[in-house]
Amino acid sequence: MSNEAVAHAGHEHAHGPAKGIMRWITTTNHKDIGTLYLVFALIMFFVGGAMAMVIRSELAEPGLQVVDPAFFNQMMTLHGLIMIFGVLMPALVGFANWMVPMQVGAPDMALPRLNNWSFWLLVAGMTMLVSTLLMPGGAPAMGWTMYAPQVEQTPYAFPFMIFAVHLMGISSILGSINIIATILNLRAPGMKLLKMPLFVWTWFVTAFLLIVIMPVLAGGVTMLLFDRFFDTSFFSPAGGGSSILWEHVFWFFGHPEVYVMILPAFGIISEIIPTFSRKPLFGYTAMVYATASIAFISFVVWAHHMFTSGMPTAANLFFMFSTMFIAIPTGVKIFNWVATMWRGSMTFETPMLFAVGFLFLFTIGGFSGVMLALVPADFQYHNSYFVVAHFHYVLVGGTLMAIFAGIYYWLPKWTGHMYHEGLGKWHFWLSVISFNVLFFPQHFLGLAGMPRRVPDYALQFTDLNLISSIGGFVFGATQLIFLYNVIRTVYRGKQATAQVWDGAHGLEWTVPSPAPYHTFEEAPEVP
Amino acid sequence: MTKTNLARWIAVAFLAAAPGARAMDLNMPRGVTPMSHGAYDLHMLAFWIMLGIAVVVFGAMIWSIIFHRRSRGHEAAQFHENTKLEVAWSIAPLVLLLAMAIPASIVLVHDQDYHGAQLKVRITGYQWLWHYQYLTPSAKPIYGFYSRIATASEERMSLGSKKSPWTDKHYLEDVDHPLVVPTHEKVLLLITSGDVIHSWWVPKFGGKQDAIPGFVTQMWINVDKPGVYRGVCNQVCGAGHAYMPIVVVAKPKARFHKWLKSHQHAPTAGTVAAAGKPALVAEDEQ
Repeated sequence: MSNEAVAHAGHEHAHGPAKGIMRWITTTNHKDIGTLYLVFALIMFFVGGAMAMVIRSELAEPGLQVVDPAFFNQMMTLHGLIMIFGVLMPALVGFANWMVPMQVGAPDMALPRLNNWSFWLLVAGMTMLVSTLLMPGGAPAMGWTMYAPQVEQTPYAFPFMIFAVHLMGISSILGSINIIATILNLRAPGMKLLKMPLFVWTWFVTAFLLIVIMPVLAGGVTMLLFDRFFDTSFFSPAGGGSSILWEHVFWFFGHPEVYVMILPAFGIISEIIPTFSRKPLFGYTAMVYATASIAFISFVVWAHHMFTSGMPTAANLFFMFSTMFIAIPTGVKIFNWVATMWRGSMTFETPMLFAVGFLFLFTIGGFSGVMLALVPADFQYHNSYFVVAHFHYVLVGGTLMAIFAGIYYWLPKWTGHMYHEGLGKWHFWLSVISFNVLFFPQHFLGLAGMPRRVPDYALQFTDLNLISSIGGFVFGATQLIFLYNVIRTVYRGKQATAQVWDGAHGLEWTVPSPAPYHTFEEAPEVP
Repeated sequence: MTKTNLARWIAVAFLAAAPGARAMDLNMPRGVTPMSHGAYDLHMLAFWIMLGIAVVVFGAMIWSIIFHRRSRGHEAAQFHENTKLEVAWSIAPLVLLLAMAIPASIVLVHDQDYHGAQLKVRITGYQWLWHYQYLTPSAKPIYGFYSRIATASEERMSLGSKKSPWTDKHYLEDVDHPLVVPTHEKVLLLITSGDVIHSWWVPKFGGKQDAIPGFVTQMWINVDKPGVYRGVCNQVCGAGHAYMPIVVVAKPKARFHKWLKSHQHAPTAGTVAAAGKPALVAEDEQ
């Protein structure tokens, strides 16, 4: 009895975070680590965004004004790598850290120390990647796809880029294992799998995707490393290798990777739309199955990135049909969200605005995606600005809008303060308008024949590029409103209630705002 | 900011066409080959189908956003799950997708039928220029030359160039030696690379094929109108990626073959030298 009391007292003592910087370095608390991921993503968002501003400045006019082509290519490559591995993925993992334990009624992630390690590995990897800018010859410059054999022309940065990819890959795999372990083992009694919130479901599926694809990328870049330093020739035709092999290996990772970035975004949107429509999600089960189908099919569509690489007709046909097939579960999701809004009682606070923005913009990206799947038409679209427009509609109009929606939605729960609604609305409207000014004209540029990844272009492309650049600068500047609003909310703002949103359902809304350092130390009752 | 720049900013502000620039088409060109016609027709078919879906989906969303809001006093219905509806909205897209995929398959099979070409051209990409080699049906070389960006662009394309791009009508889209092809004749293009991956794209010919070291990809054209057709390298291939344009001159069949005959006896070395072969490639060949 007394032993138990002592143990309990000691336990009490361990509550509450450590003080100072060591709290953040040594933390094993899922909320702290979630915050770290989100802050890291926010910092990298401005780093990658600054690179986008360099790109759009150079492209505002024909001729070179700002940077030389070699540096332009470094900006283009790092912008892609940073936005994918340093912003979208970490932000979504940050959401997972914060929300998965709270939504399934768990006290923390299943493997808290591993959780800390996953985060700091990511920081190490990203720092190494960005540091290549300071090396002789500069950063990698062949695009985030790292196509062989061009990638082997990368000077000093080459092994550092590969080691950075390894670190970030390990980080993702460990994070995914943790998420799966948490979901499978730490659910509160009564939280059956088919009762879990959709955000949890989408991350559950995403974590499996990551565990399958990351080792493939790691293997691929290791082969690159061997080609360069140990005289193998996996990708070099001179030694009997094939650069097409790299394309297959890379896209076997690269295409599911796209779904890694969009599935958790689907989850966030599936939480927000029912809340602000004050109506249950139309087809919960269908949404779960659609998520799983998208993940499965995503493994057999990779070569649609390679329609112009000379594949035989049969292979082109297979990848065209499998790619188009993925539109069906994706359509199911969009129809479900619309049906959830239908005859609801909607209000349009900032999270809902961004969710509706997501619905419009992601769907446009989906339309161009289906068009890109048609092989003969893709012979024209492939690697043109049409593709640049397409994937920015999906990843910025889709994932980033969902991340903004999620931040505004859960920030009151995290900080205990309401964000500034007026600034949130400004952020939304300026973002969504400038986004379209930025990316919609790029469809036309691509159709008219402008290739992607060029620092300069022929005169007839000038007008739309200038419009696009103006959109880009406004979009970039608008994000400062977001930064200010988030920082402001951390320190002050109207006190948030536990419920925060009157239409919200789920375990996270049963704990006070801000959420205490430890939640659900005793399993909650799941209704 | 120079005066021309200022004028251009003002022009763009009023969305007027910039002085000096040709008007840009906003749509995919219908082009001049069977492949480009096929791509264009599919593109338009997909565009209209997508527009139709957009009207229905966005229409429902906008309707709902306008009328089903709490500020209008709309009470939330609590319906959810409806198997019939869910089956319907899985089947309907399938039908629409097949309506695109089936014509696309037919066009693709046609696009990838490389038989029956008398004339073959081997196209080799280098960092950063193209080499064209005419071949007989049995792949004997007839005549070959390098094609690199025109001097007029070269003088204007660097940081701090004294001359403005605006003083070169075909900035970044002219070469010293264009590829010449006949009209109304099936020509097989055999595309490969001497270093990294490039991609040979002339939009009016309906697409591109990648130029991959160690591989030969194929594409056929049958140009139906004489003219000058321009294109670009479409796969990032290093710092000079934007600076390896493609120009193809299509001449009527008879004139083309006369042209080819007059060149095929030219000594290869002399021709290459006249094409201004860059040091890089010259070193490679030694």
